[in-house]
Amino acid sequence: MANELKKSTKMLADHLTNAYKERQGVTPLTELEPELSIQQAYEVQLLMIQREVEAGKQIVGKKIGLTSLAMQKLLGVDQPDYGHLLDDMMIENGGQIDKKKVLQPKVEAEIVFVLKNELKGPNVTATDVLLATNYVVPALEIVDSRISDWKIQLQDTIADNASSGLYVLGGRPRSIDQLDLGQIGMVFFKNGELVNTGVGAAALGHPANCVAWLANKLSEYGITLNAGEVILSGALSAAVNAEPGDYFQAKFAHLGEVSVRFDK
Amino acid sequence: MSSQKFKEIAKLLLDAEIEKKEVLRITADKIPELTVDEAYLIQKELINLKIQQGLSVVGPKMGLTSRAKMKQMNVEEPIYGYIFDNMVVQEGSSLSLSELIHPKVEAEIAFVLDKDLAGPAISGVQVLAATKYVLPALEIIDSRYENFQFTLPDVIADNTSSARVVFGNQLRRPEELELDLVGTTLSINGEIRALGAGGAVLGHPAHSVAMLANMLHREGSKLKAGQIILTGGITEAILLENGDEVVAKFDQLGQVSIKITD
Repeated sequence: MANELKKSTKMLADHLTNAYKERQGVTPLTELEPELSIQQAYEVQLLMIQREVEAGKQIVGKKIGLTSLAMQKLLGVDQPDYGHLLDDMMIENGGQIDKKKVLQPKVEAEIVFVLKNELKGPNVTATDVLLATNYVVPALEIVDSRISDWKIQLQDTIADNASSGLYVLGGRPRSIDQLDLGQIGMVFFKNGELVNTGVGAAALGHPANCVAWLANKLSEYGITLNAGEVILSGALSAAVNAEPGDYFQAKFAHLGEVSVRFDK
Repeated sequence: MSSQKFKEIAKLLLDAEIEKKEVLRITADKIPELTVDEAYLIQKELINLKIQQGLSVVGPKMGLTSRAKMKQMNVEEPIYGYIFDNMVVQEGSSLSLSELIHPKVEAEIAFVLDKDLAGPAISGVQVLAATKYVLPALEIIDSRYENFQFTLPDVIADNTSSARVVFGNQLRRPEELELDLVGTTLSINGEIRALGAGGAVLGHPAHSVAMLANMLHREGSKLKAGQIILTGGITEAILLENGDEVVAKFDQLGQVSIKITD
């Protein structure tokens, strides 16, 4: 039984790898394997990441997804998910995104945490997160799906590294004292036009709640959140579709601005 | 259209407000071709009736200030109406549903000017220079029309659904804040139901006041020092229910709350 599970985990990871190779979305894993559990979906993700690391990439951080009530309702779930950030996902602030790096990208604005002390679950609280935080910065996350047309269920996105794509850090590092992260406002522009606004509380009521959830979830796999890791804590507003040539910019209260452009 | 007809419609809308009885929208039967300009004439009659009853204007308010609402109503420009002294509810107190028809609440930033401001060509910067204070507010809108259904002229005639307002007690100088980046949450019974940042209001709440000054100029009017001006919802409007504890929190501006009773 355990072997069989392992086999289908490998098969599903290979299936996702094809999306990267062919540069085209693939059939949802939940169609190939209707019984796919959340547990196994994370095993697929971890196997994919392990292969990347063996190929020479480095894990530089984590991202938390499905942190808004709207997204959780859309997928019919009551908890977030997480994925891994690899070194080749970083785009410099104001930088350009090569078309070849994305399949069907969407952009969202988030608050990033960088820790000064490690966080090890279970029982990590938002207060623990704040006390362990070195600084926060504003970020854009380019989410992407290796599943065609984003036809994802929770298990699909989990296996697919929580639909991670690329990320851009901007603004200036701020220590968290004197900031009420839950009330930090954000305005989001696409090609110069304001497309939505958000606030820190959009991410599970407070961005630190997301990081606490992550630390506790990771403890199930014996993983610790390390000092210096980049932690994308969750979107402050709805993800916006990106087309070639689009320019995105987010302005955050107290934290500054971050922007990125997609190649034509 | 005769001014007598406008007066009759204004009286009908005022009666609907006083008796808390919804009416069919004007454009459904009474004046299907009602224009925006005519709608403002009806609103003016309604305002005059209120003043004749001894009420006084607290300040003007802007409506349809979000891109989403403007698209939904297919308009290029927001709309305005007036808040009266009998619409002001004390911060932290309670409001009975029996006073209203089908009220909804939204979170806003209000401005108080220390100089009169007359259009044309007023910009957001000039608004900030003329502003004494900004403060947080809850606006309770309550269309007098059946099922909150109306066209643009209908809602203008109905004083842009103005019903109640709750002002926060914390006054701030505008230069201390980046008003477009003020994060705002609207919670009911502890659950966040709507959220946004100040930029949701025409890109910046001061743009809303500027646009209002310019719109008022077209009818030979202006913004006056001391008026409290509502700039438009940062969040979408949420239908109120009996027992709701409503709290709007604003980054650096504090919070405003009210309890809803039956």
